[in-house]
Amino acid sequence: MSVPLTLLGLLERAPSHGYDLKRDYDTFFGVGRSLPFGQVYATLSRLTRDGKVVMDEVSPGDGPERKRYVITEQGATEVSTWLAEPVAPEPHLQSILFTKVVLALMLDRPADAYLDGQRRSHLARMRELTTVKQSGGLIEKMLADHALFHLEADLRWVDATTARLDALRTEIRQVKP
Amino acid sequence: MTAILSATGVELSFGATPALRGADLSVAEGEIVAVMGPSGSGKSTLLHCLAGILAPDAGEITFDGVRLNDLSENARSELRRDRFGFVFQFGQLVPELTTVENVALPLLLAGVRRDAAIRRAREWFGRLGLDGLETRRSGELSGGQAQRVALARGLVAGPRVLFADEPTGALDSLTGEQVMDLLVATARDQGTTVVLVTHEARVAAYADREVMVRDGRVTTPAEAVAP
Repeated sequence: MSVPLTLLGLLERAPSHGYDLKRDYDTFFGVGRSLPFGQVYATLSRLTRDGKVVMDEVSPGDGPERKRYVITEQGATEVSTWLAEPVAPEPHLQSILFTKVVLALMLDRPADAYLDGQRRSHLARMRELTTVKQSGGLIEKMLADHALFHLEADLRWVDATTARLDALRTEIRQVKP
Repeated sequence: MTAILSATGVELSFGATPALRGADLSVAEGEIVAVMGPSGSGKSTLLHCLAGILAPDAGEITFDGVRLNDLSENARSELRRDRFGFVFQFGQLVPELTTVENVALPLLLAGVRRDAAIRRAREWFGRLGLDGLETRRSGELSGGQAQRVALARGLVAGPRVLFADEPTGALDSLTGEQVMDLLVATARDQGTTVVLVTHEARVAAYADREVMVRDGRVTTPAEAVAP
């Protein structure tokens, strides 16, 4: 899971304060593992330093000043590139794939095309592993099988998610930024 | 590579239910293509149109430069017998015949003399690990054995194209793998083009490439998805 890119994605959805970003992150991506405030502000500080977000207003709050963050063009380009790029086909990718799908739907990007790209990427890797199985010994076969079964599980998740995109889009859009 | 088989804008409805809504697919000679998609997407219907089993309502199917749309039912039937081979999910062997007679069936239907047909059918038993099963009936075979017999039957007449519809769908993963290993090895050996319908990614991974069918259309997105 890439916290900086996920926060950038949430900022592309709408400019936001650190507190609201944490709340949205925990709502969509932090089930059972919420993001500590310290990490939110440290990440925002790095993103500001790197020119990916800027502060557009500072307002007084009950405690410390509230800073509102806005994504820059550089930050938005980085989010677009990240979303469109298939994740390296390795086992146990559900959480990062899930994050990308939710953000893509939130930002009105072609989540179905991204999932197709992911499927192609996974199948290309599965073809390589199948070739290894056909030419290798039993140990290579068994190792390739282990990877193939995990990649297949990922692909089943990709297929199920593709079938549920409309419902997921509706559910996500019910939560206003 | 030259396309041996293609579908262009193929549409087909069953009553009021559209199954194909403008499907396009081009398959090169010697290529193994996996056709994937969810249940009800139209992938098996597309295979049946490509194989001349079903005639499309619109669009065209060409095989080796010939428009299948222009052929009579008899001519399409001859094409299926002489140029195409088939393997289905459940072997669909004829239960009254022995396995060697089942394998010889396409040759017998094509007019090959019985003794020659049986001899050619027997050659496939060693190749597919079926030695000793020649005189059994389909009810005496395991699922994997029956599917290997079906594969031998699909390939015995030296088809230009083998159509395989969920060939491992009824088998466990290891047995399915043996069938796919044999299917791919023999198809490559003979230069047979294969159109493989499957919903299983591990089976599709045996193909040279895969296409997705959704809502009656072949969706083959560009290699790169623009941000």
